[in-house]
Amino acid sequence: MSHLSEQLVSGQFVVTAEIAPPKGTNLAPALADAARLQGITAVNVTDNQGANMRLSSLALAAQLQQAGTETILQLTCRDRNRLALQSDLLGAAAFGIENLLLLSGDHSKYGDHPDARSVFDLDSVQLLAMASDLMSGVDMVGKRLNGVPKFFPGGAVNPAAQPFELIFLKVRKKVDSGARFFQTQSVFDRNALERFMSAMEPLKVPVIAGVLLIRSAKMARFLNASIPGVMVPEYLIRRIDSAPDPVAEGIAIARETVGWAREMCQGVHLMTLGNEDKIPMILDET
Amino acid sequence: MIISELKPLEELCMALSEFDRLFLVGCAACATACKSGGEEEIFKLQEWLISQNKEVTGSVVIDEACHIMRAARDLRHHQNAVQESEALVVLACGSGVQSISSNVEKRVVGGLNSNFLGNVRRFGYYEEMCSLCGDCILNETAGICPVTTCAKGLLNGPCGGMQDGRCEVDEEIECAWLLIFEQLQRQRRQGVFARRVPPKNWGRRRKPGRYRLKNGGR
Repeated sequence: MSHLSEQLVSGQFVVTAEIAPPKGTNLAPALADAARLQGITAVNVTDNQGANMRLSSLALAAQLQQAGTETILQLTCRDRNRLALQSDLLGAAAFGIENLLLLSGDHSKYGDHPDARSVFDLDSVQLLAMASDLMSGVDMVGKRLNGVPKFFPGGAVNPAAQPFELIFLKVRKKVDSGARFFQTQSVFDRNALERFMSAMEPLKVPVIAGVLLIRSAKMARFLNASIPGVMVPEYLIRRIDSAPDPVAEGIAIARETVGWAREMCQGVHLMTLGNEDKIPMILDET
Repeated sequence: MIISELKPLEELCMALSEFDRLFLVGCAACATACKSGGEEEIFKLQEWLISQNKEVTGSVVIDEACHIMRAARDLRHHQNAVQESEALVVLACGSGVQSISSNVEKRVVGGLNSNFLGNVRRFGYYEEMCSLCGDCILNETAGICPVTTCAKGLLNGPCGGMQDGRCEVDEEIECAWLLIFEQLQRQRRQGVFARRVPPKNWGRRRKPGRYRLKNGGR
């Protein structure tokens, strides 16, 4: 069992962070970043994040796993058909990777290869169901596997997206298809998180709340414009902009959000975008 | 209908650079309706070609350029003008171009790009609503096709990029899954949300498509 699944099952508050594979073959910085991460349960390894071509998430996750860092392998449906997705999942299992975050994926239009043909042979719900098939010892067409993988599959959700009822129909499908945990998009609104968590309550699936470290108003505006599903509210942008030390204010906001997660959720997922040294301050409970 | 548009003139110029005498072919079906290859566009093309110092030996607008036998018949009616030309320029969809190229040995230059199977919203405004996938799910999705109108073709609900009901790929477009959800609500049924839709059977859309009416259509 992965540490992530053990801790979530036993009710411990988990902390996850994320690392992006390099554009190129130099893994040293990513491995060094991972080694510096303190107090983290597992590290998400992003998969051609924002549709920008990088080294494969599976390759970096395998290296991290071998170096003793527990990973959450992100896998999207954008770049692979059902054969490639199954192959990669079996490959992940062979490297000891258990935690999965299974996603549809941002559209190619957003990335550095906008002319690419997006695949989407499966969607995230079907991908979760497929991972469950593999765990039961068969592939998608029912053929028996020689060696059965163990996974702890999770899904993503934006708890603030509207209409809530529609968003939740998909959450339910993900749970029915084998999602054992959720990692959320960045949370900014306490009320939205509260509503989401009360709807999640009967499903008994742990939720790891996404917390984004915003360093400046400019960065917030850039993220709003360029990352699907990220919507930093204007009042927070103003709060950061008018603060004497915007970075400290961003850390304070992140720490408040972590506080909500400690009350309501089963963990936090920290998106610090290269400022991993700020993580201890964000997690500081004093 | 098949929505098509004229290729950029620079590209057409390049494609025609080897030829001086041309025969023009239009299509009276889709390409006429979306104003890319009807009588009017053939005339405009002729004027432009003359301005480029080309000779136009003749032209024809075929009833349905995608009908291979009819295309052959109409070309036969213009045999002499076709013979005089060095190449044929076709203002029809890719299907139409190939009806022509399968009927003549001469070089055939396609003048249009074929874009999609389109519905007419209003005159001059077309929308893609069906992608001919061969595995139709419309009866469960309140008559709104997610394979086509969801930018990712998702089958089990919206992606995380939906914002204010808009698509992450084009904010002028409403999220297909929101439209499906709202219409199913108005119809008081669960539809596609009642089950996990399994992965699509793309085997039904194996290329190239072939279809024969049973008993030869009798």
